[in-house]
This record gives sequence, structure tokens and C-alpha cells, in this order.
Amino acid sequence: MAQKQSSDQPSVQELIAKASNKKRKKIIEKLIPIILFLIASVSVLTTFGIIGTLITETVIFFSRIPVLDFIFGTEWFPFANTEPQYGILALIAGTLKVTFIAVIVAVPFGIGSAIFLSEYASDNVRRIIKPILEVLAGIPTIVYGFFALTFVTPLLQQIIPELKIFNALSPGIVVGIMILPMIASLSEDAMSAVPSSIREGALAMGSTKLEVALKVVLPAALSGIIASVVLAVSRAIGETMIVSLAGGSTPSFDLDVTGSIQTMTAYIVQVSSGDAGYGTTIYYSIYSVGFTLFLFTLVMNIIAHVISKKYREEY
Amino acid sequence: MVQTLEKGSVLNKESSSIVYDTQQLNLWYGTHHALKNINLQIKENEVTAIIGPSGCGKSTYIKTLNRMVELVPTVKTSGKILYRERNIFDADYGVEELRTKVGMVFQKPNPFPKSIYDNIAYGPRIHGIKNKKILDEIVEKSLRGAAIWDEVKDRLTTNAYSLSGGQQQRICIARCLAIEPDVILMDEPTSALDPISTLKVEELIQELKKEYSIIIVTHNMQQAARISDKTAFFLNGEVVEFDDTDVIFSTPADKRTEDYISGRFG
Ligand SMILES: Nc1ncnc2c1ncn2[C@@H]1O[C@H](COP(=O)(O)OP(=O)(O)OP(=O)(O)O)[C@@H](O)[C@H]1O
Ligand SMILES: [Mg+2]
Repeated sequence: MAQKQSSDQPSVQELIAKASNKKRKKIIEKLIPIILFLIASVSVLTTFGIIGTLITETVIFFSRIPVLDFIFGTEWFPFANTEPQYGILALIAGTLKVTFIAVIVAVPFGIGSAIFLSEYASDNVRRIIKPILEVLAGIPTIVYGFFALTFVTPLLQQIIPELKIFNALSPGIVVGIMILPMIASLSEDAMSAVPSSIREGALAMGSTKLEVALKVVLPAALSGIIASVVLAVSRAIGETMIVSLAGGSTPSFDLDVTGSIQTMTAYIVQVSSGDAGYGTTIYYSIYSVGFTLFLFTLVMNIIAHVISKKYREEY
Repeated sequence: MVQTLEKGSVLNKESSSIVYDTQQLNLWYGTHHALKNINLQIKENEVTAIIGPSGCGKSTYIKTLNRMVELVPTVKTSGKILYRERNIFDADYGVEELRTKVGMVFQKPNPFPKSIYDNIAYGPRIHGIKNKKILDEIVEKSLRGAAIWDEVKDRLTTNAYSLSGGQQQRICIARCLAIEPDVILMDEPTSALDPISTLKVEELIQELKKEYSIIIVTHNMQQAARISDKTAFFLNGEVVEFDDTDVIFSTPADKRTEDYISGRFG
């Protein structure tokens, strides 16, 4: 076989010694982490910049409108000529109504699809359905918004005649459809990650496929599934185009889903695309709403993070 | 209930009845002929060891006995396996029913990512037992049966994965005992365990033999000799020899068996 040290050919170790440029390698090794750190800093600094701007403008807003009126007020009439009202609860109600409906639609269908894909579907079926889900996730939200306004709302009006053109129900359902692939795909990942040896253990005890899916795989993947739902909720809260197009622009603090609403995001769009002058209270109000929105999604993301850390099943 | 009656009715061990009767079994993974004309009779309340070199079809055979082998989509079988006189390949034979009677312990411990208690209670629960008191009793009895009660009795609510490998394997055995099966299949149950845990599991098998029929795959000749009543030697998907363990290890009829046992194989 190959001789380690033949006389006419240098050994591999000698070749390595000759070829490697130790000095240059050392410098590169020192420089690379610094360069990568700078690149990573860009996104971190941007984030801090955005949060900083949000906070400073929000502080200006609160120098004009009392914080408590903002937090506990239930009327949102910034455009009123005499006494503008800035009660954020009216916008939060709009956001939560849409989010709640979206979750009711997306969670059962999302988790159902995930169970089907990970436990029942053959490889071929999975290969077809997964890309379709991804396409669904890639549709621009403006298209979903149009779909809600021009297709879902008229359809719902046939069933619920008192449904207004702008309402919470239709965008809620469509936002649910929008976040469904996210829940399905992430939950499917979590369920597929459960080792097949555990499934076999359950099957060998005489479990049916459904029992394996619901009593063994689902609990084992629960942290991943909950995290996917929380992330999806966070997206629903931040969703803008669908609610702007199909939800309307009448903030109202109530539980009615058939009438026009306004969400936090839709308000920001309304003001930003209108002509609120720089320095006016309305101008600053979008920062306060944006900051509130940021807090909502931040909390959801932290919850998702904690859940996936804390309840990670050991297997 | 029915099972206990059947067991009670067998008083004389010499005339013990046949649990599994394998007749002309052939199995293919796609085109690969993995089991060839297997004929084996497995008796009640005996430990049957299956030995043979790697890839000879030992795992395939015991996975066929509870039809777990059918999880591989390309598998095709011919022949018969009579379990308690009924062919398990019959179209109307439910695999769930079969697997409720025939438990299995795997090579690598595979407890569920649940508490120790929920692991043991899993089987009884899916088969409809909900009464907490009865479940408590089953859990204690099964853990005692698997010789692990004293080690875990104070932490039944902790995750089974916090236990050592040997403890996990005994949890898996306890999980299997919880539905009081008729037969227990074991595929190299001690290959991932240290010598002390192995000894414990071996002692356990001796104990379990009184109530269960056990079929065990092992690569460890001493283990087969120590714990089994009957031994089957597999080679290239065929049964070369099947006899009392004493006979196989002292005066085997086939030269190939002798070579394998004495380590002169290949
Ligand atoms: N899922 C499968 N698909 C295709 N062929 C398989 C599959 N599982 C096993 N085989 C083949 O069937 C034959 C028997 O395998 P089996 O696992 O039963 O061997 P074994 O005797 O248990 O070996 P070991 O002692 O290594 O566990 C081998 O040739 C193997 O390659
Ligand atoms: Mg094997």
C-alpha cells in the first residue's frame, strides 16, 4: 500500500508545512471576527435606532396627551376639530378582534395540517403539499387584503346580511388564512423532529395511528407548536394591508365583529398616507401607536422564546 | 382476564402449549429476500433466544411477530404465523389487537417524553382504563415487576428521560408489562446497557418467564446460554438450527452452529 515516507516523494506533512502560510492565516483569523462583528452590529444598531426614535417621539406625544388618557381611553377621534380623543383601547380592540378570529381559524387548520403532514401523508403527498403551503405564505398581503374585501366579505354577507362592507370578521378570517401556513409548517417541523423510535414504542403497545399522533407526538412537540402559534399571533397583530383594506377606519371599543373597525396598524397607514403635518399631535400619535404595537409583538416574541426554551421536551 | 384464565389453565409445564407457530414464512424488503422458509414453534412460558450474525434477519423476524415490520412500506410476506392458533396475516386480524397481546422492548430505550407515571399508564389508558386508583396500582405493580420501583417511587412525576439508560430500559419493560401482555419480544434489550444493568435485566427476564413467554434477540452468547430455554440460530435469513439451549451450546447438530457459537464463524 501507500508508503509513508518514500525517498523521491515528500511526505504529506512536509507538503503541508510548505504550503501553509501561517502568518497570513493568523492575520485573517484575527480580522474575520472583527469584520463579522461589524456586519452583525449594523442590524443591532438599526434596531436600537428605530426603538430610540419611537421612544423620543412617543415622549413628545405624551407631553401633550396624558398617558392615562391614552392607556385607558376608549374613544379614538384624533381628527375631531374640537376635542380630539386618543384612547388607544379602541384601536387595541380592533387589533385583538382580528387577531382572535385569525387564531380561531388558523390554529385548528394549521395544527390539523401539521398532524396530517407529519403523521399520515406519504413522502409524495408531503412533497406536493409543503411547497403549496410555502406559496401560500409568500402571497403579498395586499393580495390577501383584496381577497378579503372583494371575495370573502360579499360571501359572508350572503350568510350574515347585517355584515357591513368593512368589518372585523372578513379580515380576521383572511389573516387566519395568511398565518395558517406558518403554524402548519413550524408545527410540522416540531412534530417531525420527534424521533420515530418513540412512535414505534407507542405503536408496539397497540396504539392506533391517531393515538400515537395525539397522545405521544403532539405532547412531545407541544413547545414547538405553541411557539409557532405565538409567532403567528405576533404576525397577525402586526398585519397591516389586510385590515387596512377590509377592516375600515372606524375605531370602536366593543366586541362586535360585523361593524367597521380600525386596528393600530391601519391607523398608522391612514395617517401616514394622509397629510398630517409634521409636528402636529396626530403626527406624534402614530409613534405612540407604533410603540404600543411594538410592545405587543415584543411580548409575544418573548413568550415564544421562553416557551420553546422552558418546555423543550428532552428526547 | 381471558389471558389470565388461559395461563392458569396450563398447569403442567412439560405439555405447555404453543404460542407462536411460524409456518413457511418468507419476507422480502423490496427484492431483498430477508427471511427464507422459516418454521419455528415458540412455547408458552419459555425464553426463546434468537442468535446469529449481523444482518441474518433476527430483528426482521421478531418484528414480523407483532407486524411492526410492516412499517417499512416495501415489505412483502408469504406463509403463516399462527399466534394462539390464528394467522396474524389474516385480513381481519387487527394489528392493534395483536400488539396489545404481544409487547415489545427495543434495542435502544425509547420511553415517551413524559413523566415516569404517564409512561407506564400510557398503555392502560389508551386501552380504556381511566380509574385513577386502578392506574396507580398498575403503575406500582409494573414498576415492581420491572425491578425499578425502589429507584423511582419518589419521583414518578419526573420526566423519564432524566433516568439513566439502564433505568430507562427497565421503564420500557415496565411500560410493556402494564398491559399484561401474553408474549414479550425483546430485540437486543441489553446491548446499550452496562454490565450491572444488563445483569438486572437478565434477572428480570428469569422472573418474567414465570408469567410471560419471551422471545429475545441477542448477540451475547453467554446471555443466550444463561437465560434461554430454547435457542434458534439464524443465518442468511434461514433457521439453521432450533433446539433446547443446552443442546445448541453443548452438542449442536449443524457444523455452522458450532462454528458460530465457538466464535470461529466467517
Ligand atoms: N428497512 C429495511 N429495508 C431494506 N432492507 C432491510 C431493512 N431492514 C433490514 N433490511 C435487510 O434485511 C436483512 C436482515 O436485517 P435485520 O435487521 O433483520 O438483521 P439482524 O439480524 O437484526 O442484524 P443485527 O444483528 O445487525 O441487528 C439485512 O440484510 C438488512 O440489510
Ligand atoms: Mg437487529
